[in-house]
Amino acid sequence: MEAAVEPGNLAGVRHIILVLSGKGGVGKSTISTELALALRHAGKKVGILDVDLCGPSIPRMLRAQGRAVHQCDSGWVPVFVDQEQSISLMSVGFLLESPDEAVVWRGPKKNALIKQFVADVAWGQLDYLVVDTPPGTSDEHMAAVEALRPYSPLGALVVTTPQAVSVGDVRRELTFCRKTGLQVVGVVENMSGFVCPHCAALCLWTLSSRGAWRKVKTSSGTSLRVLPSPHSSP
Amino acid sequence: MEEVPQGCPGTGSAQAGRGASCQGCPNQRLCASGAGAAPDPAIEEIKEKMKTVKHKILVLSGKGGVGKSTFSAHLAHGLAEDENTQVALLDIDICGPSIPKIMGLEGEQVHQSGSGWSPVFVEDNLGVMSVGFLLSSPDDAVIWRGPKKNGMIKQFLRDVDWGEVDYLIVDTPPGTSDEHLSAVQYLSAAHIDGAVIITTPQEVSLQDVRKEINFCHKVKLPIIGVVENMSVFICPKCKKETQIFPPTTGGAEVMCQDLKIPLLGKVPLDPHIGIQEFCGHHPPKEEHFLSS
Repeated sequence: MEAAVEPGNLAGVRHIILVLSGKGGVGKSTISTELALALRHAGKKVGILDVDLCGPSIPRMLRAQGRAVHQCDSGWVPVFVDQEQSISLMSVGFLLESPDEAVVWRGPKKNALIKQFVADVAWGQLDYLVVDTPPGTSDEHMAAVEALRPYSPLGALVVTTPQAVSVGDVRRELTFCRKTGLQVVGVVENMSGFVCPHCAALCLWTLSSRGAWRKVKTSSGTSLRVLPSPHSSP
Repeated sequence: MEEVPQGCPGTGSAQAGRGASCQGCPNQRLCASGAGAAPDPAIEEIKEKMKTVKHKILVLSGKGGVGKSTFSAHLAHGLAEDENTQVALLDIDICGPSIPKIMGLEGEQVHQSGSGWSPVFVEDNLGVMSVGFLLSSPDDAVIWRGPKKNGMIKQFLRDVDWGEVDYLIVDTPPGTSDEHLSAVQYLSAAHIDGAVIITTPQEVSLQDVRKEINFCHKVKLPIIGVVENMSVFICPKCKKETQIFPPTTGGAEVMCQDLKIPLLGKVPLDPHIGIQEFCGHHPPKEEHFLSS
């Protein structure tokens, strides 16, 4: 019989949200960052755990590249990205000797680091922990879900773009959530359309945008929020 | 497909057969004897198989969503325009197989014959293989750990009957992990011509692409060059260009100059592509893109 899990370093974390997508490049890291900033704006203390080990984007998005990770009695101290210490971040990006260094690891080694990130980072008191993930339904996702399961995450925010190739991968991600018992908090359609800065025409990426969405909404039964493409992105 | 235990340390690792998670695995004795560290016999088998394949090109990117699959599909179609050129497109993105949808082949199934698996032919001279053809529903998720994905890639390279092929294009998922290591490892005896690396102009992509370039150097994979995708967006209404993903650090051009790698070209962001992928082969009208 398994012993009860020691709350340890996640004892002070009230809510955990995973940001997922089957598809790459839809804006998971951007949305994780924007979500954290929005929560901070609402007066919350937020942590971001970046488990994209091969392509860690969050340090750059929060202008925290090159920062060092220090140790304390309870483990690793996450990097605070602001003076007020209201957003803290842990990413493999901080553990690399150079930003161009590739993390060329097979699954088992990735799993081990993710377990460490969950157990050995001294998050302290947080209202929200946002977990940014790489695209797919593989080692990183299984490791994160298993390590976080004892702490009852709120669920998953699933990000997509309107194109059918994205929606196709996201349907698979929703299956992953169902199979692993991860509740889907909602789906976000990012880069829905683009407003031409020259003529102000709204260009939709695909004819089937709304149609493809209706199908996803039916299978997941979740609410929809749509974000248009900005004129420029980071 | 063999089942591997959770926490498998990997057959090549020093802990192979000795780790706690090895208990009960049918291969434990094999691994503990050091046989796991010996070269995989599949490498030689794949070398033999690849003798009928003249050129092998990997399409890589550290970054997701830059257009690897779109580029792979267009490259395959472009090469196959010459009906005397035999082209094969292999999709090793096991978790997010986009190639069947992009090629208009969703719902196709793979057939077995005496000589192995038959690829799905979209033209007489263009054959395609993807894990997408092995799934019974578009909602099926492939929730596999590294070792199982590696096994699938080995099967794709060893057991697909490609026949005589001039170009094998291998589309990969983003990253520098199991799929990439396996593709390079299993093709190690068969000579890969090189990698085409896809990026978009913004630094958040280039950051990951530099890692991919580093990966190529580490595994001694020649780099044919870099393609910058989604360089500019051309408005279907006014035809003016906008940089949706501004190259604040110089884009692929500066990165290629710094790293002394050829920049093969720049491709605009064309909303037609999203439509074509979904609707098949009828070109949509311009006004369909514009919301009233």
